[in-house]
Amino acid sequence: MLSMALTIAFALVAAAFVMSLFRLLKGPSAPDRILALDTLYINAIALLVLLGIHLASPLYFEAALLIALMGFVGTVALAKFLLRGDIIE
Amino acid sequence: MSTITETLLSLLILAGAAFTFIGSLGLVRFRDFYTRLHAPTKATTLGVGCLLVASSIFFSVTGEGLSLHEILVSLFLFITAPISAHLLAKAALHLRLPSSVALPLEPSSLPQPLREE
Repeated sequence: MLSMALTIAFALVAAAFVMSLFRLLKGPSAPDRILALDTLYINAIALLVLLGIHLASPLYFEAALLIALMGFVGTVALAKFLLRGDIIE
Repeated sequence: MSTITETLLSLLILAGAAFTFIGSLGLVRFRDFYTRLHAPTKATTLGVGCLLVASSIFFSVTGEGLSLHEILVSLFLFITAPISAHLLAKAALHLRLPSSVALPLEPSSLPQPLREE
C-alpha cells in the first residue's frame, strides 16, 4: 500500500513541477517568475522527502534542509532587488 | 510495520502530494498575481508539512529511536514562507501589477485631510 501511495505522490509532485515550470516560463511579470521559482524549490523539497521514504535513507534531509535555506535566501534577494533596485544597501 | 502505521503513512503522503499539486495548480489557473500568490504559499507549505510528518513517522518506526530532523525543515519552512510571500506582495504593489480588484491608493495620492501625519 505504501509503495502505491508513493507512486501516486511522485506523479502528483512531478505534475506540480511541470505547472510551476509553465508559470516560470510564461511570466507575465517578474514577481510571477520569482513566485514560480519559490514554488519550484518547495516542490523539490517535497520530492526529496518522498525519495527519502522510498529508498528508506535518512541522507536526503540534509539536502532538503540546504535547499530550504538557500531557496529562501534567493527569494528574499530577488524580491528585495525588485523593491529597491539593490540587494545590500 | 503494522497495517495501521502503513495506512496512516499512505494517507499523509497522499494528502501532502495532493496539497502540493493543488498549490501549483492555483499558480497556473488564477488570473492575477495577488491571487496567484495565495495558492502556492499556503497549500505547498501545508503539503510539504504533511510529507515531513509522514517521513518523521516512517523513520521513527523503521530506524532506531525518534527521528526529529524533519521538524527542523518544517519549522524553517513555516517561518520563511510568510516572509517571502510578504516581500513578493510588497514588490508587486511597488510595481503596481494589474489586479482584478482596485489596488489600495498610495498615501501621497490621497487628499490632504485623509493623509496621516
